[in-house]
Amino acid sequence: MATDDVKLIGSWASVFVMRARIALHLKSISYEFLQETFGSKSELLLKSNPVHKKIPVLIHADKPVCESNIIVQYIDEAWNSSGPSILPSHPYDKAIARFWAAYIDDKWFISLRSILTSQGEEEKKTAIAEVEESTELLEKAFVDCSKGKPFFNGTDHIGYLDIALGSFLGWLRVVELDAGHKFLDESKTPSLSKWAERFCNDPAVKPIMPEITKLDEFARKVFPRQQS
Amino acid sequence: MADEVILLDFWPSMFGMRTRIALEEKNVKFDYREQDLWNKSPILLEMNPVHNKIPVLIHNGKPVCESLIQVEYIDEVWPGVNPLLPSDPYQRAQAKFWGDYIDKKVYASARLTWGAKGEEQEAGKKEFIEILKTLESKLGDKIYFGGETFGYVDIALIGFYSWFEAYEKFGNFSIEAECPKLIAWGKRCAERESVAKSLPDSEKIIKFVPELKKRFGIE
Repeated sequence: MATDDVKLIGSWASVFVMRARIALHLKSISYEFLQETFGSKSELLLKSNPVHKKIPVLIHADKPVCESNIIVQYIDEAWNSSGPSILPSHPYDKAIARFWAAYIDDKWFISLRSILTSQGEEEKKTAIAEVEESTELLEKAFVDCSKGKPFFNGTDHIGYLDIALGSFLGWLRVVELDAGHKFLDESKTPSLSKWAERFCNDPAVKPIMPEITKLDEFARKVFPRQQS
Repeated sequence: MADEVILLDFWPSMFGMRTRIALEEKNVKFDYREQDLWNKSPILLEMNPVHNKIPVLIHNGKPVCESLIQVEYIDEVWPGVNPLLPSDPYQRAQAKFWGDYIDKKVYASARLTWGAKGEEQEAGKKEFIEILKTLESKLGDKIYFGGETFGYVDIALIGFYSWFEAYEKFGNFSIEAECPKLIAWGKRCAERESVAKSLPDSEKIIKFVPELKKRFGIE
Protein backbone atom coordinates (compact mmCIF):
# COMPACT_ATOMS: atom_id res chain seq x y z
CA MET A 1 0.00 0.00 0.00
CA ALA A 2 1.22 3.52 0.69
CA THR A 3 5.00 3.59 0.89
CA ASP A 4 7.33 6.34 1.98
CA ASP A 5 8.44 7.00 -1.58
CA VAL A 6 6.61 10.18 -2.53
CA LYS A 7 8.01 12.88 -4.80
CA LEU A 8 6.36 16.01 -6.12
CA ILE A 9 7.69 17.81 -9.19
CA GLY A 10 6.71 21.46 -9.00
CA SER A 11 7.47 25.08 -8.43
CA TRP A 12 7.01 27.40 -5.41
CA ALA A 13 4.97 29.85 -7.49
CA SER A 14 2.48 27.46 -9.07
CA VAL A 15 -1.10 27.45 -7.87
CA PHE A 16 -1.61 23.94 -9.16
CA VAL A 17 1.46 22.60 -7.38
CA MET A 18 0.21 24.24 -4.20
CA ARG A 19 -2.96 22.18 -4.35
CA ALA A 20 -0.94 18.97 -4.26
CA ARG A 21 1.26 20.24 -1.43
CA ILE A 22 -1.70 21.25 0.73
CA ALA A 23 -3.25 17.81 0.25
CA LEU A 24 0.02 16.11 1.20
CA HIS A 25 0.31 18.31 4.30
CA LEU A 26 -3.28 17.57 5.32
CA LYS A 27 -2.48 13.87 5.26
CA SER A 28 0.90 14.39 6.97
CA ILE A 29 2.73 12.72 4.10
CA SER A 30 6.46 13.37 3.81
CA TYR A 31 7.62 13.92 0.29
CA GLU A 32 10.60 15.08 -1.70
CA PHE A 33 9.88 18.37 -3.43
CA LEU A 34 11.68 18.54 -6.78
CA GLN A 35 11.73 22.19 -7.80
CA GLU A 36 11.66 22.86 -11.52
CA THR A 37 13.71 25.78 -12.86
CA PHE A 38 11.52 28.39 -14.48
CA GLY A 39 11.97 28.34 -18.24
CA SER A 40 13.16 24.76 -18.57
CA LYS A 41 11.71 21.29 -18.08
CA SER A 42 13.64 18.50 -16.38
CA GLU A 43 14.11 15.03 -17.88
CA LEU A 44 12.06 13.58 -15.04
CA LEU A 45 9.15 15.92 -15.76
CA LEU A 46 9.16 15.11 -19.47
CA LYS A 47 9.34 11.40 -18.70
CA SER A 48 6.63 11.50 -16.01
CA ASN A 49 4.16 13.69 -17.89
CA PRO A 50 4.86 13.07 -21.57
CA VAL A 51 1.33 14.11 -22.61
CA HIS A 52 1.19 17.62 -21.14
CA LYS A 53 4.78 18.15 -19.88
CA LYS A 54 3.39 20.23 -17.01
CA ILE A 55 3.72 20.48 -13.25
CA PRO A 56 2.60 19.28 -10.76
CA VAL A 57 3.43 15.61 -11.09
CA LEU A 58 3.11 13.40 -8.05
CA ILE A 59 5.31 10.33 -8.18
CA HIS A 60 4.20 7.68 -5.71
CA ALA A 61 6.31 4.51 -5.61
CA ASP A 62 7.62 5.45 -9.07
CA LYS A 63 4.11 5.84 -10.52
CA PRO A 64 3.22 9.31 -11.81
CA VAL A 65 -0.11 11.06 -11.26
CA CYS A 66 -0.80 14.25 -13.24
CA GLU A 67 -3.32 17.13 -13.14
CA SER A 68 -3.67 18.94 -9.81
CA ASN A 69 -7.31 18.14 -9.01
CA ILE A 70 -6.75 14.50 -9.94
CA ILE A 71 -3.65 14.43 -7.71
CA VAL A 72 -5.65 15.84 -4.76
CA GLN A 73 -8.33 13.17 -5.22
CA TYR A 74 -5.67 10.48 -5.54
CA ILE A 75 -4.00 11.60 -2.30
CA ASP A 76 -7.38 11.49 -0.54
CA GLU A 77 -8.02 7.94 -1.77
CA ALA A 78 -4.54 6.44 -1.45
CA TRP A 79 -4.15 7.73 2.13
CA ASN A 80 -7.79 7.49 3.12
CA SER A 81 -7.03 6.26 6.60
CA SER A 82 -4.78 9.18 7.55
CA GLY A 83 -5.83 12.75 8.22
CA PRO A 84 -9.21 14.29 7.42
CA SER A 85 -11.24 13.40 4.32
CA ILE A 86 -10.49 15.89 1.57
CA LEU A 87 -13.56 15.20 -0.58
CA PRO A 88 -16.99 15.51 1.08
CA SER A 89 -18.54 12.15 1.93
CA HIS A 90 -21.91 12.46 0.19
CA PRO A 91 -21.91 11.79 -3.58
CA TYR A 92 -24.05 14.88 -4.25
CA ASP A 93 -21.74 17.16 -2.27
CA LYS A 94 -18.77 15.61 -4.11
CA ALA A 95 -20.41 16.37 -7.45
CA ILE A 96 -21.03 19.99 -6.43
CA ALA A 97 -17.43 20.37 -5.21
CA ARG A 98 -16.15 18.95 -8.51
CA PHE A 99 -18.44 21.25 -10.47
CA TRP A 100 -17.12 24.39 -8.79
CA ALA A 101 -13.50 23.19 -8.99
CA ALA A 102 -13.98 22.78 -12.76
CA TYR A 103 -15.62 26.23 -12.95
CA ILE A 104 -12.68 27.78 -11.13
CA ASP A 105 -10.18 26.25 -13.57
CA ASP A 106 -12.19 26.65 -16.79
CA LYS A 107 -13.72 30.09 -16.24
CA TRP A 108 -12.59 32.04 -13.19
CA PHE A 109 -8.87 31.39 -13.59
CA ILE A 110 -8.95 32.06 -17.34
CA SER A 111 -10.55 35.47 -16.75
CA LEU A 112 -8.12 36.19 -13.91
CA ARG A 113 -5.11 35.39 -16.02
CA SER A 114 -6.40 37.47 -18.91
CA ILE A 115 -6.16 40.56 -16.68
CA LEU A 116 -2.39 40.00 -16.64
CA THR A 117 -2.15 39.23 -20.35
CA SER A 118 -4.58 41.88 -21.59
CA GLN A 119 -3.45 44.30 -24.26
CA GLY A 120 -4.78 47.76 -23.53
CA GLU A 121 -7.31 49.24 -21.13
CA GLU A 122 -10.51 48.04 -22.84
CA GLU A 123 -9.47 44.40 -22.74
CA LYS A 124 -8.40 44.77 -19.13
CA LYS A 125 -11.74 46.34 -18.15
CA THR A 126 -13.65 43.46 -19.77
CA ALA A 127 -11.49 40.89 -17.98
CA ILE A 128 -11.98 42.68 -14.65
CA ALA A 129 -15.76 42.69 -15.13
CA GLU A 130 -15.69 38.95 -15.88
CA VAL A 131 -13.72 38.19 -12.74
CA GLU A 132 -16.10 40.38 -10.68
CA GLU A 133 -19.08 38.44 -11.97
CA SER A 134 -17.55 35.01 -11.47
CA THR A 135 -16.27 35.89 -7.99
CA GLU A 136 -19.84 36.85 -7.05
CA LEU A 137 -20.93 33.37 -8.16
CA LEU A 138 -18.23 31.86 -5.96
CA GLU A 139 -19.48 33.91 -3.00
CA LYS A 140 -22.93 32.34 -3.48
CA ALA A 141 -21.34 28.92 -3.96
CA PHE A 142 -19.55 29.32 -0.64
CA VAL A 143 -22.79 30.05 1.18
CA ASP A 144 -24.43 26.97 -0.42
CA CYS A 145 -21.54 24.56 0.01
CA SER A 146 -20.35 25.55 3.48
CA LYS A 147 -23.81 25.03 5.07
CA GLY A 148 -22.89 27.37 7.90
CA LYS A 149 -19.45 25.81 8.47
CA PRO A 150 -16.17 27.71 8.05
CA PHE A 151 -15.10 26.01 4.80
CA PHE A 152 -16.45 25.10 1.34
CA ASN A 153 -16.13 21.50 2.48
CA GLY A 154 -19.11 21.91 4.80
CA THR A 155 -16.91 20.86 7.72
CA ASP A 156 -14.52 22.44 10.19
CA HIS A 157 -11.48 21.59 8.09
CA ILE A 158 -10.39 22.54 4.59
CA GLY A 159 -11.31 20.25 1.72
CA TYR A 160 -11.20 19.78 -2.04
CA LEU A 161 -12.96 22.96 -3.10
CA ASP A 162 -11.21 25.08 -0.46
CA ILE A 163 -7.91 23.82 -1.87
CA ALA A 164 -9.02 24.35 -5.49
CA LEU A 165 -9.82 28.03 -4.91
CA GLY A 166 -7.61 28.86 -1.96
CA SER A 167 -4.42 27.99 -3.83
CA PHE A 168 -5.14 30.99 -6.04
CA LEU A 169 -5.23 33.51 -3.19
CA GLY A 170 -1.60 34.61 -3.55
CA TRP A 171 -1.97 35.19 -7.30
CA LEU A 172 -5.35 36.82 -6.76
CA ARG A 173 -3.65 39.40 -4.54
CA VAL A 174 -0.99 39.99 -7.24
CA VAL A 175 -3.69 40.54 -9.88
CA GLU A 176 -5.59 42.88 -7.54
CA LEU A 177 -2.43 44.97 -7.14
CA ASP A 178 -1.85 45.03 -10.91
CA ALA A 179 -5.46 45.87 -11.76
CA GLY A 180 -5.85 48.36 -8.91
CA HIS A 181 -9.08 46.57 -8.07
CA LYS A 182 -10.14 44.37 -5.15
CA PHE A 183 -12.13 41.25 -5.96
CA LEU A 184 -12.28 39.92 -2.42
CA ASP A 185 -13.77 42.61 -0.29
CA GLU A 186 -15.77 42.71 2.98
CA SER A 187 -18.68 44.54 1.37
CA LYS A 188 -18.91 42.68 -1.95
CA THR A 189 -17.84 39.20 -0.88
CA PRO A 190 -18.13 39.09 2.91
CA SER A 191 -18.18 35.30 3.26
CA LEU A 192 -15.31 34.69 0.83
CA SER A 193 -13.17 37.39 2.47
CA LYS A 194 -13.48 35.77 5.88
CA TRP A 195 -12.95 32.33 4.37
CA ALA A 196 -9.78 33.54 2.60
CA GLU A 197 -8.26 34.65 5.89
CA ARG A 198 -9.14 31.36 7.57
CA PHE A 199 -7.73 29.42 4.63
CA CYS A 200 -4.42 31.29 4.55
CA ASN A 201 -3.97 30.77 8.28
CA ASP A 202 -4.60 27.04 8.13
CA PRO A 203 -1.53 25.10 9.30
CA ALA A 204 -1.52 23.01 6.11
CA VAL A 205 -1.45 26.19 4.00
CA LYS A 206 0.51 28.86 5.86
CA PRO A 207 4.03 27.43 5.42
CA ILE A 208 3.67 27.11 1.65
CA MET A 209 1.64 30.19 0.64
CA PRO A 210 4.21 32.28 -1.26
CA GLU A 211 5.06 35.80 -0.09
CA ILE A 212 3.12 38.35 -2.12
CA THR A 213 6.14 40.55 -2.93
CA LYS A 214 8.12 37.55 -4.16
CA LEU A 215 5.14 36.39 -6.23
CA ASP A 216 4.56 39.88 -7.64
CA GLU A 217 8.21 40.05 -8.71
CA PHE A 218 7.87 36.66 -10.38
CA ALA A 219 4.61 37.70 -12.07
CA ARG A 220 6.28 40.74 -13.60
CA LYS A 221 8.87 38.42 -15.18
CA VAL A 222 6.28 36.02 -16.57
CA PHE A 223 3.71 38.66 -17.56
CA PRO A 224 5.63 41.79 -18.57
CA ARG A 225 3.32 44.77 -18.21
CA GLN A 226 2.80 47.47 -20.77
CA GLN A 227 2.97 50.13 -18.10
CA SER A 228 4.35 49.72 -14.55
CA MET B 1 -38.84 5.24 -2.24
CA ALA B 2 -38.20 5.16 -5.98
CA ASP B 3 -35.55 7.47 -7.37
CA GLU B 4 -36.69 10.17 -9.74
CA VAL B 5 -34.08 10.63 -12.44
CA ILE B 6 -34.45 13.18 -15.23
CA LEU B 7 -31.93 13.88 -17.97
CA LEU B 8 -32.06 17.17 -19.87
CA ASP B 9 -30.22 16.40 -23.06
CA PHE B 10 -29.86 17.00 -26.80
CA TRP B 11 -29.79 13.93 -29.02
CA PRO B 12 -26.53 14.57 -30.99
CA SER B 13 -24.54 15.64 -27.93
CA MET B 14 -21.52 13.40 -27.37
CA PHE B 15 -21.52 14.69 -23.79
CA GLY B 16 -25.16 13.77 -23.18
CA MET B 17 -24.40 10.32 -24.59
CA ARG B 18 -21.96 9.73 -21.73
CA THR B 19 -24.63 10.22 -19.11
CA ARG B 20 -27.19 8.14 -21.02
CA ILE B 21 -24.69 5.27 -21.24
CA ALA B 22 -23.78 5.48 -17.54
CA LEU B 23 -27.45 5.36 -16.52
CA GLU B 24 -28.10 2.42 -18.87
CA GLU B 25 -25.06 0.57 -17.52
CA LYS B 26 -26.57 0.86 -14.05
CA ASN B 27 -30.09 -0.11 -15.25
CA VAL B 28 -31.43 3.16 -13.88
CA LYS B 29 -34.80 4.21 -15.27
CA PHE B 30 -34.74 7.84 -16.31
CA ASP B 31 -36.98 10.42 -17.92
CA TYR B 32 -35.15 11.67 -21.04
CA ARG B 33 -36.18 15.24 -21.91
CA GLU B 34 -35.05 16.57 -25.27
CA GLN B 35 -33.98 20.21 -25.12
CA ASP B 36 -34.06 22.93 -27.76
CA LEU B 37 -30.72 24.65 -27.37
CA TRP B 38 -31.80 27.64 -29.44
CA ASN B 39 -34.82 28.20 -27.25
CA LYS B 40 -33.75 27.10 -23.80
CA SER B 41 -36.45 25.82 -21.46
CA PRO B 42 -37.08 27.29 -18.00
CA ILE B 43 -36.08 24.00 -16.39
CA LEU B 44 -32.70 24.01 -18.15
CA LEU B 45 -32.02 27.61 -17.12
CA GLU B 46 -33.10 26.86 -13.56
CA MET B 47 -31.15 23.63 -13.18
CA ASN B 48 -27.94 24.85 -14.84
CA PRO B 49 -27.92 28.59 -14.14
CA VAL B 50 -24.13 28.85 -14.40
CA HIS B 51 -23.62 27.38 -17.90
CA ASN B 52 -27.18 26.87 -19.29
CA LYS B 53 -25.84 23.72 -20.97
CA ILE B 54 -26.86 20.11 -21.38
CA PRO B 55 -26.61 17.45 -20.16
CA VAL B 56 -28.20 18.11 -16.77
CA LEU B 57 -28.92 15.15 -14.54
CA ILE B 58 -31.69 15.83 -12.04
CA HIS B 59 -31.77 13.24 -9.25
CA ASN B 60 -34.68 13.57 -6.84
CA GLY B 61 -34.96 17.24 -7.76
CA LYS B 62 -31.26 18.04 -7.35
CA PRO B 63 -29.22 18.94 -10.45
CA VAL B 64 -25.75 17.60 -11.30
CA CYS B 65 -23.97 19.32 -14.19
CA GLU B 66 -20.99 18.45 -16.41
CA SER B 67 -21.04 15.03 -18.09
CA LEU B 68 -17.97 13.38 -16.55
CA ILE B 69 -18.98 14.63 -13.10
CA GLN B 70 -22.38 13.03 -13.77
CA VAL B 71 -20.73 9.72 -14.77
CA GLU B 72 -18.73 9.66 -11.55
CA TYR B 73 -21.82 10.62 -9.53
CA ILE B 74 -23.85 7.82 -11.15
CA ASP B 75 -21.07 5.35 -10.33
CA GLU B 76 -21.07 6.44 -6.67
CA VAL B 77 -24.85 6.49 -6.19
CA TRP B 78 -25.44 3.11 -7.88
CA PRO B 79 -22.30 1.16 -7.01
CA GLY B 80 -23.83 -2.31 -7.07
CA VAL B 81 -23.76 -3.03 -10.79
CA ASN B 82 -21.20 -2.48 -13.59
CA PRO B 83 -18.61 -0.31 -11.84
CA LEU B 84 -17.54 2.46 -14.20
CA LEU B 85 -14.34 3.46 -12.42
CA PRO B 86 -11.71 1.08 -11.03
CA SER B 87 -11.47 0.72 -7.25
CA ASP B 88 -7.68 1.09 -7.11
CA PRO B 89 -6.74 4.77 -6.49
CA TYR B 90 -3.92 4.78 -9.06
CA GLN B 91 -6.09 3.21 -11.78
CA ARG B 92 -8.83 5.73 -10.96
CA ALA B 93 -6.37 8.59 -11.33
CA GLN B 94 -5.28 7.22 -14.71
CA ALA B 95 -8.90 6.93 -15.89
CA LYS B 96 -9.65 10.49 -14.80
CA PHE B 97 -6.50 11.77 -16.48
CA TRP B 98 -7.60 10.34 -19.82
CA GLY B 99 -11.18 11.52 -19.34
CA ASP B 100 -9.78 14.99 -18.73
CA TYR B 101 -7.52 14.68 -21.82
CA ILE B 102 -10.52 13.75 -23.97
CA ASP B 103 -12.45 16.72 -22.60
CA LYS B 104 -9.61 19.17 -23.20
CA LYS B 105 -8.58 18.00 -26.64
CA VAL B 106 -11.07 16.06 -28.75
CA TYR B 107 -14.03 18.42 -29.20
CA ALA B 108 -12.11 21.51 -30.32
CA SER B 109 -10.13 19.81 -33.08
CA ALA B 110 -13.04 17.57 -34.13
CA ARG B 111 -15.20 20.62 -34.63
CA LEU B 112 -12.71 22.08 -37.10
CA THR B 113 -13.06 19.01 -39.34
CA TRP B 114 -16.59 20.10 -40.28
CA GLY B 115 -16.81 23.65 -38.98
CA ALA B 116 -13.79 25.18 -40.72
CA LYS B 117 -12.47 25.57 -44.23
CA GLY B 118 -9.14 25.60 -46.04
CA GLU B 119 -5.99 25.78 -43.94
CA GLU B 120 -7.87 25.95 -40.64
CA GLN B 121 -9.72 22.75 -41.51
CA GLU B 122 -6.52 20.98 -42.58
CA ALA B 123 -4.78 21.97 -39.35
CA GLY B 124 -7.82 20.79 -37.39
CA LYS B 125 -7.85 17.41 -39.16
CA LYS B 126 -4.15 16.94 -38.51
CA GLU B 127 -4.49 17.75 -34.81
CA PHE B 128 -7.60 15.59 -34.48
CA ILE B 129 -5.80 12.56 -35.94
CA GLU B 130 -2.79 13.15 -33.68
CA ILE B 131 -5.07 13.20 -30.64
CA LEU B 132 -6.84 10.03 -31.76
CA LYS B 133 -3.47 8.35 -32.29
CA THR B 134 -2.44 9.25 -28.74
CA LEU B 135 -5.67 7.69 -27.49
CA GLU B 136 -5.19 4.66 -29.75
CA SER B 137 -1.72 4.03 -28.35
CA LYS B 138 -3.19 4.31 -24.83
CA LEU B 139 -5.78 1.68 -25.81
CA GLY B 140 -3.09 -0.61 -27.24
CA ASP B 141 -4.34 -4.13 -27.72
CA LYS B 142 -6.81 -3.99 -24.86
CA ILE B 143 -10.52 -4.62 -25.37
CA TYR B 144 -11.45 -1.41 -23.58
CA PHE B 145 -9.40 1.50 -22.24
CA GLY B 146 -9.57 0.09 -18.72
CA GLY B 147 -8.69 -3.44 -19.82
CA GLU B 148 -11.31 -6.17 -19.72
CA THR B 149 -14.17 -4.02 -18.49
CA PHE B 150 -16.02 -1.19 -20.20
CA GLY B 151 -15.72 1.98 -18.15
CA TYR B 152 -15.13 5.66 -17.65
CA VAL B 153 -12.64 6.37 -20.44
CA ASP B 154 -14.64 4.37 -23.00
CA ILE B 155 -17.72 6.30 -21.93
CA ALA B 156 -15.83 9.61 -22.22
CA LEU B 157 -14.83 8.91 -25.84
CA ILE B 158 -17.53 6.73 -27.39
CA GLY B 159 -20.00 9.57 -28.06
CA PHE B 160 -17.49 11.04 -30.52
CA TYR B 161 -17.52 7.70 -32.38
CA SER B 162 -21.09 8.41 -33.49
CA TRP B 163 -19.77 11.57 -35.13
CA PHE B 164 -16.80 9.90 -36.86
CA GLU B 165 -18.56 9.30 -40.18
CA ALA B 166 -19.68 12.93 -40.21
CA TYR B 167 -16.13 14.14 -39.55
CA GLU B 168 -14.88 11.90 -42.35
CA LYS B 169 -17.52 13.04 -44.80
CA PHE B 170 -17.26 16.77 -44.17
CA GLY B 171 -13.52 16.69 -43.56
CA ASN B 172 -12.86 14.40 -46.49
CA PHE B 173 -10.54 11.99 -44.73
CA SER B 174 -10.56 8.47 -43.30
CA ILE B 175 -10.22 7.90 -39.58
CA GLU B 176 -10.01 4.13 -40.06
CA ALA B 177 -6.97 4.50 -42.33
CA GLU B 178 -5.14 6.34 -39.55
CA CYS B 179 -6.55 4.66 -36.44
CA PRO B 180 -7.86 1.18 -37.25
CA LYS B 181 -7.64 -0.07 -33.65
CA LEU B 182 -9.75 2.82 -32.43
CA ILE B 183 -12.42 2.06 -35.03
CA ALA B 184 -12.40 -1.60 -33.94
CA TRP B 185 -12.80 -0.42 -30.33
CA GLY B 186 -15.72 1.79 -31.36
CA LYS B 187 -17.47 -1.14 -33.05
CA ARG B 188 -16.96 -3.32 -29.97
CA CYS B 189 -18.42 -0.66 -27.68
CA ALA B 190 -21.34 -0.07 -30.04
CA GLU B 191 -22.34 -3.71 -29.52
CA ARG B 192 -22.93 -3.06 -25.82
CA GLU B 193 -26.61 -2.56 -25.07
CA SER B 194 -26.04 0.66 -23.09
CA VAL B 195 -24.12 2.19 -25.99
CA ALA B 196 -26.48 0.95 -28.70
CA LYS B 197 -29.39 2.54 -26.82
CA SER B 198 -27.56 5.84 -26.32
CA LEU B 199 -25.78 6.62 -29.59
CA PRO B 200 -27.68 8.05 -32.55
CA ASP B 201 -27.17 6.61 -36.04
CA SER B 202 -24.20 8.08 -37.86
CA GLU B 203 -26.53 8.85 -40.77
CA LYS B 204 -28.67 11.05 -38.57
CA ILE B 205 -25.59 13.01 -37.45
CA ILE B 206 -24.47 13.42 -41.08
CA LYS B 207 -27.88 14.91 -41.94
CA PHE B 208 -27.71 17.15 -38.88
CA VAL B 209 -24.33 18.79 -39.62
CA PRO B 210 -25.52 21.14 -42.40
CA GLU B 211 -28.33 22.29 -40.12
CA LEU B 212 -25.82 22.92 -37.34
CA LYS B 213 -23.58 24.87 -39.69
CA LYS B 214 -26.51 27.06 -40.64
CA ARG B 215 -27.30 27.71 -36.98
CA PHE B 216 -23.70 28.75 -36.36
CA GLY B 217 -23.61 30.84 -39.52
CA ILE B 218 -20.93 28.67 -41.13
CA GLU B 219 -21.24 28.04 -44.85
